[in-house]
Amino acid sequence: MECVNIFNTLAPCLVESGWNSGLAEFTSILLGVVLVASFPLLVAILLIWVERKVAAQIQDRLGPNRVGPFGLLQPIADALKLLTKEYITPAGADKLLYNISPVMMVVAVLLIWAVIPFTPYHIGADLEIGALYFIAVGSIGTLAVIIAGWSSNNKYALLGAFRVVAQLISYEIPLALSILIPVMLAGSMSMGGIVEAQAGMWYVFMAPVSAFLFFISSQAETGRGPFDLLEAESELVAGFNIEYSGFKFALFFAGEFLHVFTNGVLMAVLFMGGWWGPFAKDAPLLAFIYLMLKASIWYFLMLWVRNSLPRVRIDQLMAFNWKFLVPVAILNVIMVAFLVRLVGEIGLAPSPEDANNFLANIPQTIVLLLGNIVLAFGVMSVFSRDIRRERLAEQARATTVRSQAEEAQPMALPAGH
Amino acid sequence: MNVLNEWAYIGVFFILSPFLPALPIMAALVFSPRKPNAIKQATYECGVETVGDTWVQFKVQYYIYGLIFLIFDVEMVFLFPWALAYRKLDFFAFLAGLLFIFLLTDALVYAWRKKALEWA
Repeated sequence: MECVNIFNTLAPCLVESGWNSGLAEFTSILLGVVLVASFPLLVAILLIWVERKVAAQIQDRLGPNRVGPFGLLQPIADALKLLTKEYITPAGADKLLYNISPVMMVVAVLLIWAVIPFTPYHIGADLEIGALYFIAVGSIGTLAVIIAGWSSNNKYALLGAFRVVAQLISYEIPLALSILIPVMLAGSMSMGGIVEAQAGMWYVFMAPVSAFLFFISSQAETGRGPFDLLEAESELVAGFNIEYSGFKFALFFAGEFLHVFTNGVLMAVLFMGGWWGPFAKDAPLLAFIYLMLKASIWYFLMLWVRNSLPRVRIDQLMAFNWKFLVPVAILNVIMVAFLVRLVGEIGLAPSPEDANNFLANIPQTIVLLLGNIVLAFGVMSVFSRDIRRERLAEQARATTVRSQAEEAQPMALPAGH
Repeated sequence: MNVLNEWAYIGVFFILSPFLPALPIMAALVFSPRKPNAIKQATYECGVETVGDTWVQFKVQYYIYGLIFLIFDVEMVFLFPWALAYRKLDFFAFLAGLLFIFLLTDALVYAWRKKALEWA
């Protein structure tokens, strides 16, 4: 037994050097958990800097540039400051829930990393139901926000929490329906399996519509612009985290920043071939870099969207989800299912032995891509016509109301005026 | 790793991961001052004293969205096994899936027509 790759062979190696086998297994699991769970937290420190720097560039500012080179040490300075800040717990708060909530917020995101395949050989736990696991633990973040809003005993916080119930659960539907497509194409629910199946072709080319749906709904799941209603500063002051201070407050934001990057990683894993790239199988470190690069592209797009679009109203937000995203997601599932069956029947699908061949995948990719384009254009034309009609009706209504008001004006005034 | 070990990993992850974010919260207790007083701990409400009860009745619309979500979420989970085995199944599987998705859509159309999706 060669004890070089300690990530995967730690337990057998320990047994070889005379450990009890159960203890060896437990030690390797424990070390694996600590490694996988602390990595995203370390990344989060960097992400705070990236986030602020990117936002600054988009808004034509400098961003943090005083502490350390390019302001790189700014997050550390912020963390130190927050460590010395007093915790102010509102008098009427539900103490236990109030304190649990910020921890839960971060844990909800950390748990997703347990099934992320970092390289072909390094993955926390390649669960056979990885996709379902992701949907399940993804809802814990919603719970954390509800608990925070409810336990603070503050009206703003509670209003923020109400909106979260509506927003986060609604956007989970298109999110889960869009994950259905990679599962269907790969024939596997494990994250590792989905990445492996993209050896020949990335799913972003085979199912761009579901990639798009995942992108939008994951942006909404993080509760960031244009969907940042849960902490709408202009109406709710700060939303659900209004009564938090010090490091508890910081953890909400650490969780949020981390969630965005995690969504970038998930985009890369589900639609961009995860760690696949030249020589990825031979050099795990290279594979890891590929994954992080792909994730960074999506992360940057998410920041761009966040910093460019204005916040939507709550009725628009819900209508956008239930009357646009969900119908499109359902149509998308039907369309992809039909096309997958079609390419299977007419023999365009690659045979199992060259499923990993790029050229063998091209025919079915073209069919699926065309289907996606037709769906996208069809849906957009139907909805733009619908929206146009609605806008015209609203304009007509507004003019009648105004003319009625003008007619009513003289009578409404007192006689001697 | 065998299947049991993978779930053991998830189990350990669930138990251990709360400690990582809890650690800095505990650390801050050491460094931060603690001087509570009644005014500082008052509920924040634009500088005035808070009026009435916070935990009040909420808008019924949120409840309706919750119900619609529940229907969708439960039915959607049933779609996953279908999608998982889809490539290995025959044409009948497509029709069966279509029927199931049709029922799902039916619920959405019903809710839509009943104006449950309007933010009134």
